[in-house]
Amino acid sequence: MTWETVIGIETHVELTTASKMFCGCPVDFGAPPNTNVCPVCLGLPGALPVVNGRAVEYAMTIGLALNCSIAPHSVFARKNYFYPDMPKNYQISQYDEPLCVAGHLDVDTDGEVARIGITRVHMEEDTGKSTHVGDGGRIQAASHSLLDFNRAGVPLMEIVSEPDLRSPEQARAFVAELRGVILRLGVSDAKLEEGSMRFDANVSLRPSGSTEFGTKVEVKNMNSLRSLQRALEHEVERQQALLDAGEPVVQETRHWNEDAGTTSGMRSKEEAFDYRYFPEPDLVPVEVDDAWRERVAGALPELPAQARARYASAGLDPVAADLVSRDPAAGTIFEEATAAGADAQTVANWLTGEVTALLRRQDLSLEQSGVTGAGLAELAEMVDDGRLSASAAKEVLAGVVAGEGNPESIAAERDLIQVSDVSALEPVVEEVLAANPDAVAKLHEGDGKVIGFLIGQVMRATGGKADPAAVTAILRGKSA
Amino acid sequence: MPVEIDIAKVARLARLSLTDEQLERYRVQCEVVLEHAARVQALPTEGVAPTSHPLPRTNVFREDEVAECLDREEVLAAAPDRDGDYFLVPRILDE
Amino acid sequence: MSDLADLSVGGAAAGLRAGEFTAVELLEAVHRRAAVTEAELHAYLTIDRDGAARAAVAADSALRAADDPGPLLGIPVALKDNMVTRGVETTCSSKILSGYRPPYDGTAVSRLRAGGAVIFGKTNLDEFAMGSSTENSAYGPTRNPWDPERVPGGSSGGSAAAVAAGSAMIAYGSDTGGSIRQPAALCGIVGVKPTYGLVSRYGLIAFASSLDQIGPLTRTVEDAVAALEVVGGHDPADSTSYPGSFPDMRSGLEAGVSGLRIGVVAELNGAGIDPAVQAAVDETVAGLERAGATVVPVSLPSVAYALSAYYLIAPAECSANLARFDGVRYGLRRHGETVEEMMSTTRGEGFGPEVTRRILLGTYALSAGYYDAFYGQAQRVRTLIIQDFADAYEQADVLVSPTSPTTAFPLGARTEDPLSMYLSDVCTIPSNMSGDPAISVPVGVDENGLPVGFQIMAPALGEPVMMRVAAEVERQAGFTARARLATSEVG
Ligand SMILES: [Mg+2]
Ligand SMILES: [Zn+2]
Repeated sequence: MTWETVIGIETHVELTTASKMFCGCPVDFGAPPNTNVCPVCLGLPGALPVVNGRAVEYAMTIGLALNCSIAPHSVFARKNYFYPDMPKNYQISQYDEPLCVAGHLDVDTDGEVARIGITRVHMEEDTGKSTHVGDGGRIQAASHSLLDFNRAGVPLMEIVSEPDLRSPEQARAFVAELRGVILRLGVSDAKLEEGSMRFDANVSLRPSGSTEFGTKVEVKNMNSLRSLQRALEHEVERQQALLDAGEPVVQETRHWNEDAGTTSGMRSKEEAFDYRYFPEPDLVPVEVDDAWRERVAGALPELPAQARARYASAGLDPVAADLVSRDPAAGTIFEEATAAGADAQTVANWLTGEVTALLRRQDLSLEQSGVTGAGLAELAEMVDDGRLSASAAKEVLAGVVAGEGNPESIAAERDLIQVSDVSALEPVVEEVLAANPDAVAKLHEGDGKVIGFLIGQVMRATGGKADPAAVTAILRGKSA
Repeated sequence: MPVEIDIAKVARLARLSLTDEQLERYRVQCEVVLEHAARVQALPTEGVAPTSHPLPRTNVFREDEVAECLDREEVLAAAPDRDGDYFLVPRILDE
Repeated sequence: MSDLADLSVGGAAAGLRAGEFTAVELLEAVHRRAAVTEAELHAYLTIDRDGAARAAVAADSALRAADDPGPLLGIPVALKDNMVTRGVETTCSSKILSGYRPPYDGTAVSRLRAGGAVIFGKTNLDEFAMGSSTENSAYGPTRNPWDPERVPGGSSGGSAAAVAAGSAMIAYGSDTGGSIRQPAALCGIVGVKPTYGLVSRYGLIAFASSLDQIGPLTRTVEDAVAALEVVGGHDPADSTSYPGSFPDMRSGLEAGVSGLRIGVVAELNGAGIDPAVQAAVDETVAGLERAGATVVPVSLPSVAYALSAYYLIAPAECSANLARFDGVRYGLRRHGETVEEMMSTTRGEGFGPEVTRRILLGTYALSAGYYDAFYGQAQRVRTLIIQDFADAYEQADVLVSPTSPTTAFPLGARTEDPLSMYLSDVCTIPSNMSGDPAISVPVGVDENGLPVGFQIMAPALGEPVMMRVAAEVERQAGFTARARLATSEVG
């Protein structure tokens, strides 16, 4: 029997508002533990939440970008369960009346576009963070946990997809595209490794051609696009092996272990979760009228799909188009560089190739680096003018990334400028020819191979700064 | 209308550790109260919207502005147990 | 008046400004009274000697500087111990918050401080405001100053007893199902539950968020107005706070009731009401008619279901509100090998029986499979109750009833039967369900000399007409009887 893979993805995104969802504590991820807390986000007795208006707008922005309908009336609810990093032991979340419903996101996997349904986008609050400490802690030899509530109450958007994804690869492409949308909107830094964007996947298999769903398994704990794809591939294989062997798939939550490359079942609860949702009596409903919705819709920036189409029609290859359309920092640099006259594909190639590699090696973000659009345009111009060789350009680029200055000054500093001026090179060539009469003889005999040797001699004499193309031209003139 | 409660399950959901004797007493008392409360089911409410707020209001928002936080020492001073700048709790079992 | 502790707020304010006595002297008088009454009453959980002394000294210098923040300047005030006070122990009468000193002041508390009030102490209550007798306190019951063998009512029993006994000039309480009005009635004083949203709930430890309101317990209607003016008004920290301007409750106090329509609620009078209580209520209604009001019979048919709906909604909200007491960040912690065990043990031991019962009820009413039949249905009934009130206010400006079906009952009389205790609030719960204001005014005594409270209900933000009628009732009743314990003489 052949099986069809069915995947749905639930994504949580932390918003980059200035203050938390329901209180004025700063959203600041680097703060010392338990300093960004107040009576509200610590769940102190008597404290009450008040909704951050900007967070609502950001949520609407996400919903509109994902083609959702914005509910004219939506409400917050209490989701009740006990967990020590959740101060009130209930999470304020939207439940049966979320802000955004019934949208979609088009996902391109190797040229094949699929429309993935977005069930809902709703607002909620994040929890604090617990650190589990092993044996040897203070309470005899028992292990314990440490709690930091700085993250408690940070605005969190939950984006739920329909089970429309049909392969791990497509799931990965979906998350990459969704991340691109979020980044373009500027509502979150959407860092997968740091957890400001997190996702869980529901995976099931069904006989090909069937329209009924199989038993689904929830897979958690993937913190990169690569680990998402690996985890899903593993889970699909695991389920397929079970089904092929005639064994049932158990509905459960499984934890992805990155190092082992496997998923494992989590300790099953004594009781199924019973969240006892009910409308949050401390908050009032959110009502969005046409004017408000239209104002937010009118302010939407260009989304990755639109940007990609524009770049593609300008002749950019798909890999480069993906990067500059999904990553707003790369997009801005790209736009600035091309506006300053640089060749689009050249700049794109640098961004997807050398720049990305350098950033990864130095663990920097594009914003943290010294890369600017003007800088890349200048670099491109220097290569065009023959003042920089391809290898020298790479070196200059490394300097630019490291924030050493603009290409011109870096090239000068490192003495990388090529000499392509004929009047400057002519005397050097004459000297080399005078010193190598044998080679000159061969050159006149029409031995083309000797030209390489002579170029090498000129390069050595100029300390490598001669433009090989200019030297070649001069030598060819001499041989004629 | 008699009401039957799985009181042990409810107590676990509410994180209340109670003795069997206590559970039994609460079960009886809760069933009496719920039987009285279940009278609400006698009132026809078809087409009646539920009220969760006594006074209808909507769209109460605050500006996205940072306000002062609490002093960490004052906060942690109230903690039953701490380790440095953190609240300390017994080990958290896997979810 | 020989003892400053027996003054009204208005009288004390005038005396302070006339230089007849100082705020420090006023505070001393209240201290002397408390020193005599507390041994028997147990109205207070905490008396903040130092804080009160500092506030009184500050009030005196403000008076000398003629820097007048308003009617409560220098007035000794008691707060129910579910209102958070920075640095001053706030327990909700629960073991689970024993020793807890909040790091902030609630909005009402900071407004009182800004208004120059002298916060004298924190009063006893039924644990987490759940109860009608103040017997459900982990720190022992409060007794009724009219008869120490009887309950003061609840849950704001400590506040009511203190005001009735003179160990506070005014007090604040919270009213979720009658917790201000019923103890005010049983202690022979005035108690107001304002319109939901008129006083900020920020800093009131929540019992049932959609029903809770802070309000005053005072000796006169005018004092209640002054007490409300200081703490009321919009607060951006409470999303359910009323955003409009504060209603003028003062200017109508002398206007009388001529031309007003007084609705007598069929469902809340007569059946189930103690005859002596009903007689005092009927007499009061007759008095209002003589004063020029029109008396109209009105019916609130759905109100028969209010108590049932209340005992689903309030426990449901409380089950979530009280989830935060888990031994992690503050309050009691009991040992557990795992965090889950620690939480369950802490909660199992930290909450008293009534709180435990309501958490269980609410958890059940919200749980999967029962939500719609219980919590959902209660909310729909709530809608019907609100509609009934709206219809009734077409026919009448205010509605009246007894505040409590009985006068103060003996300690222990209802503790074994939760349902009989819950019936104490049958007349007061409807206004919490609708969010409307209501007041209890003392109008007489029964055959045992125990006070009877008369309840006046008004539509949302109808405090001006409610206070107008209350002032007339107060004048008519001429209620001057005083609680037996209201004396500074060592008996
Ligand atoms: Mg969520
Ligand atoms: Zn906060």
